[in-house]
Amino acid sequence: MAAVFHEEAGRLTAALVKRLGDFDLAEECVQDALVAALEHWPRSGIPENPGAWLMTTAHRRGIDRLRRETRYREKVAQLEETPMTQASSLPDERLELIFTCCHPALAREAQLALTLRSVAGLTTAEIARAFLQAEATVAQRLVRAKRKIVDAKIPFRVPEAHELPERLGEVLAVLYLMFNEGYLATGSRGVADRDLATEAEWLTGLLAQLMPDEPEVLGLLALMRFNLARADARFDSGGDIVLLRDQDRSKWDRAKIDATFALVGRYVRMRRPGPYQLQAVIAGAHADAKSWETTRWNEIVRSYDVLLGFSDTPVVRLNRAIALWHVEGPAAALAEVDDLADDLGTYHLFHATRGELLRALGRPDDARAADERALELTGNPGERALLERRLASPR
Amino acid sequence: MPKYVLMFVGDDQEWESQPKADREKNYGRIMAWWDDLVKSGVVKGGEELKPQRTATTVRRVNGAMKVTDGPFVESKESVGGFAMIEVEDLDKAIAVAKSWPGGDVEVRPIVDHSAG
Repeated sequence: MAAVFHEEAGRLTAALVKRLGDFDLAEECVQDALVAALEHWPRSGIPENPGAWLMTTAHRRGIDRLRRETRYREKVAQLEETPMTQASSLPDERLELIFTCCHPALAREAQLALTLRSVAGLTTAEIARAFLQAEATVAQRLVRAKRKIVDAKIPFRVPEAHELPERLGEVLAVLYLMFNEGYLATGSRGVADRDLATEAEWLTGLLAQLMPDEPEVLGLLALMRFNLARADARFDSGGDIVLLRDQDRSKWDRAKIDATFALVGRYVRMRRPGPYQLQAVIAGAHADAKSWETTRWNEIVRSYDVLLGFSDTPVVRLNRAIALWHVEGPAAALAEVDDLADDLGTYHLFHATRGELLRALGRPDDARAADERALELTGNPGERALLERRLASPR
Repeated sequence: MPKYVLMFVGDDQEWESQPKADREKNYGRIMAWWDDLVKSGVVKGGEELKPQRTATTVRRVNGAMKVTDGPFVESKESVGGFAMIEVEDLDKAIAVAKSWPGGDVEVRPIVDHSAG
């Protein structure tokens, strides 16, 4: 039943938002329908076409709610224009919904909350728990975002071809942020009931279904899946972070990794490379390696070089330097890392990386200083524990 | 169709200190933008404002209206002009704002009093 709800909540919301032009009303009707299903289905069994059942119910509740409004005639007419009894034949309008929720005129936090609420069907309380925020804060954010959609007339549609690359980039940025928020936080906050990384993977999978010819969507999906395939090895039994190098690779989900390589094959054949595709290729090279030492570092450095052509950022350069360490040695890597000092001086991973390189170069005192600086700069409990262990270990 | 006001934001000093030839060229681009959009019925009106230093603010202080020299909020950049446009939705308004040949643009929907 949970799977049905996941699939149908966004579909129902999309269809109702389209017809009513009103997010709040659409969501209330969908909630009503889901509650009704929770009451009826356990007794009468899941109907043959659960989507149609839910749509009909949501539709009926919509009319009930509108009757209570003063200006209901006009809106009831809007609903009745499209009879919803044949709900299963309705077009899937979740793509329109995704683009509306991730509209660049909305603040990033609002895009995240609205996408989780409307497309993935999470409750406000679930979103608040996932982001460790007060429910009232999230509720307020959702109210303001929905009000802006109505007041500023943010359209409910898939952007036209000339704006599509930019707008799709915005959607992917929202999904990637959502993924990282969940992926990096696991362990430090325990297993949430609705894990953000899994939600982000589900939403990106949906997007890949709706836009099968966009290689960057497949690239992001592959990137998420390679990372999720390694999720079980990322923490030890005590809940501490285990670095990629030290992970027990037998805990990696081989089936998931193999299936993700098929996805990589699909986008590579499209021959329209982009930053997410390249990051997934790099994640794939790690997933494919038997050990840290036998990783195809040459190939990874080359992928980073291409990636720099798309997004030349200090963080990408830092990651490239780590790969370079295993091709050209720690001295070459340290020289590259030190060049980034102006840009990344307050980034804990810059100092943590320097610490590792300095230790490899036999400069333990300098390494210690770098690790201490890294520790000052991070608040993430898992990362703090890792650095503290490193500082406490004998030289 | 919804209406929006585009507020053109810029630095008065920068605008005034540019060489005459540059200023004329920039004016030419702005006028061409304006003429095109008036002709196509998108721009319904608008004006260029005199610089911030000409502003006077009337403030309500303890119920009385007090006249002061200067803008409401002092800042390097300020609204130097505005255009009222009529387009389908925010995406179209953003597209018009992106085509503006000057500096930054704030897009604000206007309240439609005819829709009860």
